[in-house]
Amino acid sequence: MLAIAIIMLIVSLAILLFKLSLPAISKFGIGFIWGQVWNPISEEFGALPFILGTLTTSFVALLIATPLSISVALFISEICPKKIGHIIGIFVEMIAAVPSIVFGLWGIFSLAPWIQNSATPFLKSTLGFLPLFQGPSYGIGVLAASLILAIMIIPTISSFCREVFRTIPLQTKEAALALGATRFEMIKITILRPSFSGMIGGVVLGLGRALGETMAVAMVIGNSHRLAISILAPGSTMASVIANEYAEASNAMHMASLGYIALLLLVVTLMVNGLARFIIWKWSPKI
Amino acid sequence: MILRKLKNYLFLCLMTLSGVAVLIPLILIITYVIKMGASSLNWQFLTHLPKPVGESGGGMFHAILGTLYLVSLGGFMAIPLGVVLGTYLSELGKGWMATFLRHAIDLFTGIPSIVIGIFAYVLVVVPLKQFSALSGGVALGIIILPVVTRTTEEILKLVSNTTREAGLALGLNRTQVIWHILIKGNRAGIFTGVVLAISRAAGETAPLLFTAFGNSYFSYGLMQPMASLPAQIYTYATSPFEEWQRQAWAGSFVLILLVLGLNLSTRFFMRQKS
Repeated sequence: MLAIAIIMLIVSLAILLFKLSLPAISKFGIGFIWGQVWNPISEEFGALPFILGTLTTSFVALLIATPLSISVALFISEICPKKIGHIIGIFVEMIAAVPSIVFGLWGIFSLAPWIQNSATPFLKSTLGFLPLFQGPSYGIGVLAASLILAIMIIPTISSFCREVFRTIPLQTKEAALALGATRFEMIKITILRPSFSGMIGGVVLGLGRALGETMAVAMVIGNSHRLAISILAPGSTMASVIANEYAEASNAMHMASLGYIALLLLVVTLMVNGLARFIIWKWSPKI
Repeated sequence: MILRKLKNYLFLCLMTLSGVAVLIPLILIITYVIKMGASSLNWQFLTHLPKPVGESGGGMFHAILGTLYLVSLGGFMAIPLGVVLGTYLSELGKGWMATFLRHAIDLFTGIPSIVIGIFAYVLVVVPLKQFSALSGGVALGIIILPVVTRTTEEILKLVSNTTREAGLALGLNRTQVIWHILIKGNRAGIFTGVVLAISRAAGETAPLLFTAFGNSYFSYGLMQPMASLPAQIYTYATSPFEEWQRQAWAGSFVLILLVLGLNLSTRFFMRQKS
């Protein structure tokens, strides 16, 4: 009975959200996704800047977090002594427990000035010819948001990778070492190759977390509605625009459009999480 | 051979480096919060209401109480339900409905908290036509529910079948086995799951922005807007006033103490148990 009630609740929530955004859906249709203008005064709404913002921040975050998380997982489970590994593991999981508002606060007052004063001059002098790194830096912006997201998703990816690595039998590793492989070769052949798809599953889980993260991003991304190529420029993500504007939406269409964005965000995160579960279930049945 | 060894050392160094690198942000954040927060934290902060801009002093007493109130409200709604659902999934859950429910609960953990805020908004704020503590509690409850359900299910699944059969052999019926043996016998594990879920909910800001909304004064009513520590930090952190920013740091210090404290103490407790 209770199970039915919960299922009903979930379905009704989806319907309510759909109903909330219905005015925007019927007015803008699917073109909402590539509409570039977001103007509450003239009631013109398009979600492209936010969708691109979400994609860029999540992608850059994954680019930074994936290699780090995998090597931390390897470091903990294979390289360092067990006791130290256990302690580092707890520390990494503590990152996941820090509230995102605290990440945001730290981002504004500590990370953003660092990006403006130290990271930007360095990036400009080395990679400044790319359009990605042009324009002035205010500290807060897409890069700051991506860095914070990267820190926040490391625990998700690395603890999942550790679970994957744990399924590999000790005998396989010992066999590789007995054949004369160095530790690097042992890790490459017996650990990384067989757990490749499992690691992909972990990365997709991390992506799901990054897509939906709200407060930390809303505080450091700068909340600009304009499209920008440079990752030093301020931007917005789907989650951050909802957080910033929902409570003070100026008119019904504004609110419906924010609901539409929430609906899109919900569908995308559900799909990404579903994909992660599918990959995990399909290729590594051992976990 | 030398090349292979060189590669090996290079690789080991890289791994070690990354192991250290990951700890840097955590240490930076915690030391920064402690440095900024501890210096702004005083007795007044913990026991007073905010003062108007320009006056120094004042505190977040109402927000601390508000967070406790909202979290208890959410927990009150979600914890019993979560334990029952988890038990159902572990003990009776077979067939398509349980499978569907299991997937739904799984997916629920992946829903962004801001979207959960909108759910609570549509579900409670729109029909009642006002921001209220109740809606904030509902939002936090929706966050707590899947976590409690999952941990309960996983803990009960670890109980060996012989334990269940022993109960049945003593003449208990199924309900009695579930209540007296499974739930009471595993209360420490279930409690851990509950505390972890609560510590997660206590740090959430996004779902409270347009449900509990925030308040500069005390409020006890279910139907009134209510302040919470994270939302208050957000308001203060994004304000241009130095005094408020200082208080945001003090608030973060209290919040991080609360959340990490709960988290670490349950972990410690768990390890002692096992």
